[in-house]
Amino acid sequence: MLIIKLAFRNLIGAGLRTWLNVFVLSIAFLMIIFVQGLIKGMGEYAVEISVDYNYGGGQYRHEVYDPYDPLTLEESHAPLSKTLSGLIERGEATPILITSGAAFPEGRMQSALLKGIDPDQEILKIPSSFLGTDTTDAIPALIGSRMAKQTKLGIGDYVTVRWRDVNGMFDADDVQIVQIMRNAAPSVDQGQIWIPLERLREMLQAPGEATFVVLEKNFAEAPPGDTTWIHNSPDLLLASVTELIKAKAGTSNILYGLLLFMGLLAIFDTQVLSIWRRRKEIGTLMALGMQRARVIWLFTFEGALHGFLALVVGAIYGIPIMAWVMKHGIPLPSAVEDSGFAIPQALYPSYGVRLLVGTTLLVLVSVTIVSFLPASKIAKLKPTDALRGKQS
Amino acid sequence: MKNGALITTSGLVKQYPVGRGHFTALRDIDLIIERGEFTGLVGPSGSGKTTLLNIIGALDFPTSGSAVVLGTDTTKLTHKTAARLRTEHIGFIFQTYNLLPVYTVFENVELPLLLLGMDQGRRKQAVMDSLEWVGLTDKAKSRPAQLSGGESQRVAVARAMVKRPGLVLADEPTANLDVENSHNILKMMVKLNKELETTFLFATHDQKVIDYVRRKITLIDGKVAEDIQTTPKSQ
Ligand SMILES: Nc1ncnc2c1ncn2[C@@H]1O[C@H](COP(=O)(O)OP(=O)(O)OP(=O)(O)O)[C@@H](O)[C@H]1O
Ligand SMILES: [Mg+2]
Repeated sequence: MLIIKLAFRNLIGAGLRTWLNVFVLSIAFLMIIFVQGLIKGMGEYAVEISVDYNYGGGQYRHEVYDPYDPLTLEESHAPLSKTLSGLIERGEATPILITSGAAFPEGRMQSALLKGIDPDQEILKIPSSFLGTDTTDAIPALIGSRMAKQTKLGIGDYVTVRWRDVNGMFDADDVQIVQIMRNAAPSVDQGQIWIPLERLREMLQAPGEATFVVLEKNFAEAPPGDTTWIHNSPDLLLASVTELIKAKAGTSNILYGLLLFMGLLAIFDTQVLSIWRRRKEIGTLMALGMQRARVIWLFTFEGALHGFLALVVGAIYGIPIMAWVMKHGIPLPSAVEDSGFAIPQALYPSYGVRLLVGTTLLVLVSVTIVSFLPASKIAKLKPTDALRGKQS
Repeated sequence: MKNGALITTSGLVKQYPVGRGHFTALRDIDLIIERGEFTGLVGPSGSGKTTLLNIIGALDFPTSGSAVVLGTDTTKLTHKTAARLRTEHIGFIFQTYNLLPVYTVFENVELPLLLLGMDQGRRKQAVMDSLEWVGLTDKAKSRPAQLSGGESQRVAVARAMVKRPGLVLADEPTANLDVENSHNILKMMVKLNKELETTFLFATHDQKVIDYVRRKITLIDGKVAEDIQTTPKSQ
């Protein structure tokens, strides 16, 4: 009780100095939560758009199809099985056909995947309905904003595309960009041109064929695949995304540690400083009869109180800020779009209970430890030396 | 005036390690200080006054010999029991006042009572009594930075006296004070010595203090060179 009373007295008595420390620590505390929340939000966003734009509720992939090997594309399409046709007819899945080709924006050649999608599909968030509009004499095409930037193509632009037909002969035609997708997953954007499925089937003379079939999101019981059509669950498909997130989380943990370290350094510094500066005060307390253990407690508790106050102060100005950010997101300049990691126009951080409670505990515990360390040094100081303000 | 020994030192030696050897700050100090004395330890700088005061106050321990203070052999004390002895029986007054800067005057004086675990009602009364002795009731809410040197030392006296200790140890209490304030402080201490029968032991080379004491113990090179009863010139 006495310790708590005296610690409060010391903090209140120190006035501005206390509040400055508290403020610095609260900033570190909020930054940790904020940055972690951002990274978590980014991870969740990456998963979300990968599901929305690409993976849906899972895919049935042609046995030969390997998204990382464009050379497989020529052989990786086949007519659909009965099961898959059934799913598609009931609107529970949609087929995608892919071939590798090239586009010639401004006469330069750029390799591109041509992807056929049903304009009427509602399984993926790709705005395929634009491909159904009959406003162009060329093939209507849809590209993502990254692809648009790479090729410098805009809405209404024509571009020649080339592909190999069934006999392996080059064939070419013009497409017109009818829409540019913003905020699409990189995996459906970079180096890709989306055209109506039936047009691509004609171009490849592959009626009724597909490279893979996407199930609708959260599809309850996906029927098993067969030898041609291999079922890939969402988890399996997301493995690469989650791995990327984990890698990012690793970097973020370093950042997290660094931030905490800075906050603690501030406290440690204050504690060490204040203990050096207050050596005479400590000697006086000892002369007045305060036991060493109590002195250690007093200073440790004072430090811990800094942590506690920082949490309170941080909450007071941090909660409104975070609430605002969660509602409005953080607007991002389009420059960061090239990072290869899915980045939305506005980033919405995600603050989990675990993050909040974990960071709070971490701050409290580490502030206490950091305060204890210099305080315990006093125990080695002789009262007479402390009184003289002399180094022991 | 013989009330019995309050402090007894016998064969007291204090050595400080210096380099490879050691420096002897006190040699064979045999002293008896009775209850109610108003005594000064005098002597040139470096003669061991502070060292002796610290050992009597159980802030430091002798190298050999013993110091019995208020019936307790301080050589047998642990840090914890030494702290208790100070809390309960000894008040300190320092040359530099040593008030806690962030506390108010009231809180500074209250601190020894908090350490004693006294309840709030009695604490408040005792603090106000003590501030009244030193004439600072109107400064109870001030902070040390707002006080003059004389006022600060009066607060320090109030802090030393508030628990009515058997013994007050004062190391150069007037060294930072002007003549007038020195006399005020000393008069106050004489009064407290008489009214509360508190024993005062000073370490000083200030003639003003020496003029007030009733016994003068002169230390030279860590030895008692002279120990005489004096008739206070000022009182
Ligand atoms: N911690 C220490 N380590 C080494 N030597 C010390 C220590 N403390 C005191 N001394 C030495 O012991 C001697 C006595 O010191 P002390 O402080 O008791 O003198 P003093 O009589 O109080 O002097 P002053 O009048 O200047 O205050 C001095 O020579 C001092 O240098
Ligand atoms: Mg001295």
